[in-house]
Amino acid sequence: MSTDPTDPNAPRVGVDEWVASHEQRRTRRAGVLGVVERELERVPSAAFYLGFGIAAACLPAVTSNGYVIDVGLNTLLYMLLALGLNITVGYAGLLDLGYVAFYGFAAYGYAMLASPQFGLHWDTLAVIPVVVVATAILGLLVALPSRRLVGDYLAIVTLFFGELFATVYQNGESMTVFGFSRKYDVTGGPNGIPNIDQFHVFGARIGALNYTAYYYVALIFFMVLLFAMYLVDRSRTGRAWKSLREDPLAAELMGMPVNRLKLIAFACGAGIAGLAGTIFAAANTAVFASEFDFTSGLLIIVYAMLILGGAGSLGGVIIGALVVNVSLEVLRDPGHATWVFYVLIAGTLVARLRPWRWLAAIVVGTAAFGFAVHAIVSAAWPRGVHGQAAVGGVLGSGLSHWVVLPSNPMTIGNVAFICLVLAVLALTLLHGWMQKVAMIPTLYLAAFVWDNVMLTQPDPARYIVLGLILIALMIIRPNGLLGERRVEIV
Amino acid sequence: MNWNLFVTELVAGVSHGAVYALIALGYSMVYGILKLLNFAHGDVYMVGSFIGYGIIGVFGGATSLNVPVWALLTVMMLCAMLGGGLLGVMIERFAYRRLRNAPRIAPLITALGVSFFLENAAQLVLGAQYQSYNSFSWRSPIAFSHFTLAAGAVISYAEVIIIVGTIVLVVALTLFVQRTQLGKAMRATSFDREAAAMMGIDVDRVIVATFFIGSALAGAAGVFNGIEYQQVWPYMGFTAGLYAFIAAVVGGIGNLPGAVLGGLTIGLAQSFSIGYVSSTFSDAVVFAILIAVMIVRPSGLLGRAAVSKV
Repeated sequence: MSTDPTDPNAPRVGVDEWVASHEQRRTRRAGVLGVVERELERVPSAAFYLGFGIAAACLPAVTSNGYVIDVGLNTLLYMLLALGLNITVGYAGLLDLGYVAFYGFAAYGYAMLASPQFGLHWDTLAVIPVVVVATAILGLLVALPSRRLVGDYLAIVTLFFGELFATVYQNGESMTVFGFSRKYDVTGGPNGIPNIDQFHVFGARIGALNYTAYYYVALIFFMVLLFAMYLVDRSRTGRAWKSLREDPLAAELMGMPVNRLKLIAFACGAGIAGLAGTIFAAANTAVFASEFDFTSGLLIIVYAMLILGGAGSLGGVIIGALVVNVSLEVLRDPGHATWVFYVLIAGTLVARLRPWRWLAAIVVGTAAFGFAVHAIVSAAWPRGVHGQAAVGGVLGSGLSHWVVLPSNPMTIGNVAFICLVLAVLALTLLHGWMQKVAMIPTLYLAAFVWDNVMLTQPDPARYIVLGLILIALMIIRPNGLLGERRVEIV
Repeated sequence: MNWNLFVTELVAGVSHGAVYALIALGYSMVYGILKLLNFAHGDVYMVGSFIGYGIIGVFGGATSLNVPVWALLTVMMLCAMLGGGLLGVMIERFAYRRLRNAPRIAPLITALGVSFFLENAAQLVLGAQYQSYNSFSWRSPIAFSHFTLAAGAVISYAEVIIIVGTIVLVVALTLFVQRTQLGKAMRATSFDREAAAMMGIDVDRVIVATFFIGSALAGAAGVFNGIEYQQVWPYMGFTAGLYAFIAAVVGGIGNLPGAVLGGLTIGLAQSFSIGYVSSTFSDAVVFAILIAVMIVRPSGLLGRAAVSKV
């Protein structure tokens, strides 16, 4: 950070009054947005959370579409996970990369205590506390040898713990006690544990695949925990965690029990993941170890939610989980994904490109470029335009006259994908008018790749988009959407 | 005691460990200079392995290899090292360089994002299924045949190639770091980046060189793994990267001999626990080693305890 020390407005790094009054020096937005922002700041954040809870509770009343409720339940589970991770990573600043293992441990824990696997069918009121406490204790055990480790080492130990969990449960169909006893089928191995009981309390049980009921269960748990977190945020422990995150050494010197704080943060985070795991297991009626390993992408998704919303912010947890999960679901369907892609591209161009004449020039240029390429290809190689657009309607018919859609896009699509990555990287190196001109073919190439490659393989494509968002977000806005901008004290 | 099993597992463990050591060296070098855990490093190894796979296809592939095996292996190694190195430099340039002064957590999350991106991009372009080096069914004996020692232990030529190749690469790296000017600049930069910059060392250039060399070693490791285990697939980088990581930490992260020692430790531990106990527990044994080292010597077997100044 290089600043001119003679400039009176320059940040006076290291001066306490300057740091303490950083709130007042924030520039206010002008115009309508500024007014809205000022008014919103007056509303206490608890009111937002309450509003979210009421809106979420109304969802099953508004729609009876089973798919929407299912996505809603998934989003709530993700919110619970992000809420737990928010304690460990957001408050205490401990990078826990084995977090998903706690989720899986609890899902398996519920499955073992309430399924034909061992013939146990415990009451849900007994299973949930047992599993949650067991998961919290597991979190404590993982944190115990790690409590002395500095950030990076902790990340490795926990990451490997997560992988170890997945491997052991994946191969747990013939466990022995250190090779001395007979073989026991503990986890069902790759087949997982099927036929898990529904939630049942004193004989009353939730019907099979009744997602609406689980939706409400998850919502109630989430709202209760959110309220608890809202209180913890202001409590002694919450403030201690945040000071630990900002500067562990200073926190220790101020007499805080650093080790104990770390252990509590780990255990609380794991416990919340445990709660989410029990709901997950009961709602899906089966668990598989492969759902919880790294290749499933669950860890990245939960981290993306937390980081997108802003680590350490409760509202960020809600928004992050909503945005990430809903966009992942939308990208699953090729028709929707096409719309999202073009609306997003148009939105980004409108938001980022100034002055307006450049925007107009690029939009017109890209359209003209596309029609020209389409005309040349259809004249020279007619099979190159015989493919079908994934979306119908106006957009679809427009696209099939604009984007080159070969009938067999495999090879050329892969080459185009690699070219696109290189082109986008090159674009970040260019400046001024060269960047604007280079943008036209890049945009067209992006449209080509999206329609020919990404839409044919939704699964890697969705995750590629997620990975890119994560990278771009870290570079543009490392504190997330709602995260506090940290004041660096030198 | 069954000596055949012992020797077989020993050689397999050393060759396994050599691959981990090559990857761990890259982790360690980058960590030494940037204090960054480069999670995408394992995926560079995956890409190196796929480049090797592609080269076999280029030289006749199928049943008819039209060059001698040693020439093919050399070309595979060179291309994989070059490709891996360039990929590493690109990752540094476009993802990490802007985050040099960001809070510690930002580059870590970026690294996870890059790793996730590379894995899924590889799946998109190359398909999710396993590919096999063996599918070209080489007629030549060297890569898959094995010889039997007088005592009866079976050793494959691939293991010999890996061990010898790793020794050559590690010696070359040591000479480079100890004897050349750029190597000296690297050591200075990892000792104190700011002071090195003030002494007139172009830190950006040193970082690019570090990424290139570390990633080239990972690319070589990818080819080695390919000729021994034959299988390549888009997610292979994650597990191997994780073990290499642990190897770097066990040996003392930022310390090059430590990375080699750690790689051998992890490779041998894995190999012996697979041979004598069961494959399920090999991960648990590695985890136990990691935890034990973390508790007894947090800075690793060969690492120096860092004194943190306030």
